[in-house]
Amino acid sequence: MIVSVAMDAEIEAAQPWVDVASPTFVTLIDKNHQLSSLYNMVNVPQAVWIDEDGKIVRPTESGGSIDILREFDMEIMGFKPEAMERAAAAKATYTQAVKDWAINGKESPYAFDPDAARDHVEPMTDDMALAHTKFQLGQFLLHNGREDEANGVFAECRDLHPYSWNIFRQTSEKMDTGIAAGEAFWGKVMSLGDEEYYKTVDMPGMS
Amino acid sequence: MITILNENNVTELDGVAGSALWVNRDDMAAVTGWTLKPEGFCKDEVCVPVPANKSGELIADDRVNLSEAWRLMGKPVAASSDGDVWSLGEAANDRNDAMLSLEAPDFSLPDFSGKLHSLTDFRRKRVLLITWASW
Repeated sequence: MIVSVAMDAEIEAAQPWVDVASPTFVTLIDKNHQLSSLYNMVNVPQAVWIDEDGKIVRPTESGGSIDILREFDMEIMGFKPEAMERAAAAKATYTQAVKDWAINGKESPYAFDPDAARDHVEPMTDDMALAHTKFQLGQFLLHNGREDEANGVFAECRDLHPYSWNIFRQTSEKMDTGIAAGEAFWGKVMSLGDEEYYKTVDMPGMS
Repeated sequence: MITILNENNVTELDGVAGSALWVNRDDMAAVTGWTLKPEGFCKDEVCVPVPANKSGELIADDRVNLSEAWRLMGKPVAASSDGDVWSLGEAANDRNDAMLSLEAPDFSLPDFSGKLHSLTDFRRKRVLLITWASW
């Protein structure tokens, strides 16, 4: 089954997307980004495969996404068709893998054995853990009329956990569309250097 | 009034805002699950001893300096500038150990009608947990 979670501090921001999609699967909202802290998540979409006994079969990974962000073409304000095709193919590959696992369980070639699953766990640092702790404080302050103080706390969060796009985009200024993809976002993307925006999923066809 | 944030929970207690978070032992247990025993601060099978030279700083009669106790246990703490809101986080080591155990960490989150769902509600099924966001 699918459990989809909106990493959104404001239900009003996420609600229209749910209204349009009318999902038939369980759809939850995580206002404090608790999953970022529990599962060491840094971006959306990210996925975790959990078997029928509650064991992690594939730890946190970039879902069906590949790293095409720096191929964004500012002139057409979109991705070139070639990049779009690769992204669509990767999504199809990942979706097919999920279906295979749903049917075949641990016999699926896409299910990691326990050692491989552990090898794919990304370690959290003390600074990241502190960032999550401060993020919860900031959200509380923001929702209790203390916006200036909250913004100071969020700035600390972004410094403590620079790889967290969840923190960065949630706490950045949004455009009229509600999407945090303004100058600050693209500046940060362009300064990534060799770092990936979506870490490559360890699965054939996902690069 | 002080507010404590811990694992997505919000608890309001009578208390004095300041540079340390003093609470009574019962409140500490109710909010965090950690209790003060002769062995130290304990939860489940784990006890963190209180160093003798720290005892005065951490414990006064039935009250505990929870912010210092939290730091003693190696866990992250954050407070508002007035010291009236405290966020008690979980340590990176504990999060990493939990992930490496491969037991999927449980959570309870609401759906869009406000109904809570826990990961453990979905046992006996294979779960694809997947995130998205409006931003």
